[in-house]
Amino acid sequence: MTFNEHLPALQVIVPLLSAPIVILLTPRGLAWAAAAASTLFSLFIAIALAMTTVTGTALTYDLGGWEAPYGITLSIDAFSSLLLLIVTGAGAVAIIAGKASIDVQIETHRQPLFYSAWLLALAGLIGMVISADAFNIFVFMEISSLASYILIAGGPDRRALPATFKYLITGTIGATFYLIGVGLIYMLTGTLNLADMEARISEVTSLNPLLAAAGFITIGLALKAAVFPLHVWLPNAYTHAPHMVTAFLAACGTKVAIYVLLRFNFFVFQANLPEHAVQFAFFLMPLALLGTVIASAVAMFEGHLKRLLAFSSVAQMGYVLIGASLLNASGLMASVIHLFNHAMAKAALFLAVASLAIRFRDLRVDELAGAARTMPWTCAAFVVGGLSLVGIPGTAGFISKWLLILSVMDHGHFGILLVAIIVLTSLMAVYYVWRVVEKLYFAAPRLSNVRVNEAPLTLLVATWIVALGNVAFGLYPELPLTLASHAAETLMEHPR
Amino acid sequence: MTPELTLITAILLPLTGAAAIAVASRFGDNIREATTLVIAAALAINVWQLIPLVMAGDRYDIILTEILPGLHLALHLEPLGMMFAALASGLWIVNSIYSIGYMRGNNESHQTRFYICFALSIAATMGIAFSANLFTLFLFYEALTLSTYPLVSHKGDVDTVRSARVYLGILLSTSIGLLLPAIIWTYFLAGHVDFVLGGILEGVVDGPQVGLLLALFVFGIGKAAVMPVHRWLPAAMVAPTPVSALLHAVAVVKAGVFTLTKVITYIFGIDFLFGEASSGWLMYVTSFTILTASIVALRQQNLKRMLAYSTISQLSYVVMAAAILKPLAEVGATVHMVSHAFGKITLFFAAGAIYVAAHKTEIPQLKGIGRQMPWTMAAFTIGALSMIGVPPTGGFVSKWYILAGAFQAGNLIAIVTIIVSTALNAAYFLPIIYMAWFMEPESSEKAHGEAPVTMVIALTFTAALVLLFFLFNAPVVELERQIVEQP
Repeated sequence: MTFNEHLPALQVIVPLLSAPIVILLTPRGLAWAAAAASTLFSLFIAIALAMTTVTGTALTYDLGGWEAPYGITLSIDAFSSLLLLIVTGAGAVAIIAGKASIDVQIETHRQPLFYSAWLLALAGLIGMVISADAFNIFVFMEISSLASYILIAGGPDRRALPATFKYLITGTIGATFYLIGVGLIYMLTGTLNLADMEARISEVTSLNPLLAAAGFITIGLALKAAVFPLHVWLPNAYTHAPHMVTAFLAACGTKVAIYVLLRFNFFVFQANLPEHAVQFAFFLMPLALLGTVIASAVAMFEGHLKRLLAFSSVAQMGYVLIGASLLNASGLMASVIHLFNHAMAKAALFLAVASLAIRFRDLRVDELAGAARTMPWTCAAFVVGGLSLVGIPGTAGFISKWLLILSVMDHGHFGILLVAIIVLTSLMAVYYVWRVVEKLYFAAPRLSNVRVNEAPLTLLVATWIVALGNVAFGLYPELPLTLASHAAETLMEHPR
Repeated sequence: MTPELTLITAILLPLTGAAAIAVASRFGDNIREATTLVIAAALAINVWQLIPLVMAGDRYDIILTEILPGLHLALHLEPLGMMFAALASGLWIVNSIYSIGYMRGNNESHQTRFYICFALSIAATMGIAFSANLFTLFLFYEALTLSTYPLVSHKGDVDTVRSARVYLGILLSTSIGLLLPAIIWTYFLAGHVDFVLGGILEGVVDGPQVGLLLALFVFGIGKAAVMPVHRWLPAAMVAPTPVSALLHAVAVVKAGVFTLTKVITYIFGIDFLFGEASSGWLMYVTSFTILTASIVALRQQNLKRMLAYSTISQLSYVVMAAAILKPLAEVGATVHMVSHAFGKITLFFAAGAIYVAAHKTEIPQLKGIGRQMPWTMAAFTIGALSMIGVPPTGGFVSKWYILAGAFQAGNLIAIVTIIVSTALNAAYFLPIIYMAWFMEPESSEKAHGEAPVTMVIALTFTAALVLLFFLFNAPVVELERQIVEQP
């Protein structure tokens, strides 16, 4: 076998194995360098894999040559490729750019441990994306969750501790629910391999345990994905985590859970549970709608910048679920591409926030008055990210909103209501983004803040790369669009 | 340079110009102002050299990128856009000359930001003029809103910021809340959103849905200030007068009626819309706007607010002319865009000159001011006469065409509206003219003389344009005929 054929395995093995090594690299800066190199390597692998899957081919990899359904299989199609790009991209940008921010927030002697947890979180998220095996997904989920508890609690902010505790409890409940569901299915079918499960589950005659399994799995993953009203852990966790951790996890954390949710529901249940499609839509659509409206409303009146963006994340995930619960290819495509585009927007925004946080101790919106005078580049990047979040043409966010509204319009009178809600929440987004922009640009700075200066160059460059990425993928959306359309096709193919 | 490249340059020139102005500001104010003027002149030359090509019937397309199937970022050169771009780029020069006098005469702060944002908004205006489809147009439309916000809120105090928020809030929320859904709906129906002569919606939609879609467009394009989406325009009057003059008499509001005219002629198609009864409401709404805004203008004491309401009324002339849906009226709509631009910019220039020289903003204070500021008030008089539609001014020509179109269509509402509103226009402009020339000034008046010379030159020039347009309007009429009289 050539090197290329092992790429799927290396994708998860490299960060997983470098995690313990990084702990040993105590000299200053070395741990960061190793972690950054390893993350970057993962990103390159993800890009290489995307180059293959963009043509529509799927890759499978049997670990150790053990064939499915007996061995552990990794599978990568267009959908997983897109998620891999999000996860590794967010990880790489945040860690490479964020050194300055991490140096401020994490004591030097704890940094190797911090980077080790970072790599574990990354490996866990990657693993969840590429595993073709329900139990391995659980294992990787636990790896990523435990590592992210450490990351979130790792900052200087003491309020992160109760936030992490809340996240830990809800996260554990979510994982347990998922495991119960998987256990039930294993009892019924005797397999954990997803493809195999899909084949055998059609022979199951007793529907009650299967329904229970579907419920447990969906709710467990919805907890992890912070689907409204199961989102209560998220705002505090994002707010008090170290800024770079927020940038990393906000871009990809909940999205991976949604990815698994969609995979499970469309691959395993859709074809085999009568009425599942309707139940899925009737369960998720109201939650999605309520989530977007309520979370947007909360964001409109939120005073702390990071909490504001966190609530906006909950709202934006609502769009993803609206698209998914339309249960057609165009809706799924909109939903999948929104995963990517929202990650781009939020990464740009949170990187800009991290830059602001280096100069401003307090991230309440009022405290940031007039920041654009002293940090023009950072604030301009924030504006670009904000435009993408709102969905202004020329930015990535526009593409997903456009596709979402277009697919919603197919649904007659109900569709008009959905369009109205999407438009309304977009206007709410205009409001909460503008509130920040106006403070940054047109308010007089506080006296204590007049002497701050621009963020460190590396952070600035990275923020701008992501911000320009929003524009680039808004004008040339071909790559994510192709991946998303393949993803939607594969998801729709399964319910026969 | 190929015409395609010229189109791109028209947008890039003011865009890079904004950066150049920022750099030039480090070398002193004179260099900065010189940069603005050079860029404005270069842009005008760049845009105007396209006029003969368009007159000869040539059309140019350039696709920058395809975003989704049928959704392009693309530019297209056609008569209506040509006219708008030529107008805005030409008046930018005059306005820059005027701005220099105004900003210095008033000792305004943040002058560099002012000139930068001005250049940016001109870039957005060029983009609107040359857009090949609704999507591209929407992009530049939003850019224009955002780039003019710092200009409107220029003064920065609490009241100004509050008004500027009204401005931004109404324009952004209508465009995202109504215009964008309208565009997406159009795309959903027709599969693309390109501007095609004769429209793209015929056969894919009919009945009440046409009226609804038209409503989304009319009220979504808030810049056209059709009531009840007009509140932003008086609010925007807190801006410095050069901003009111170019942006709120020429670029921004004209971008609104221009967009609406394009939607009516290129998306719906005149003939298609004429056959649809459900689009008839537009006539009533515009007629209501024209009359109500005139009545409100009648009651204003503040000169700039009065001019703002006059603008609202005049904009609906354009929309109403387009909504008459007859060739002559469509010509009238375009001609009125130009003649109103010349007239209104003159009036705003005069208002600004009065403010700088005499620090007067209210109408009753203007008694006898014509003796101290003869040039300014002469220009004001010419502008006002054009608003009323008295020959020999440009306003007469456009009213002529609109009325002719109304008769062609047998549209009684339009005819009555025009006649009544002409009377109302006279009722709020003539007293000011009378006051300025024939009434005795207050005894406590100090002598103040004319405004700075650059301002007087600018307003004299635009007043001359108002008169000249009465005689030399053939190019504009010719351009518009190319659209409406094609088979």
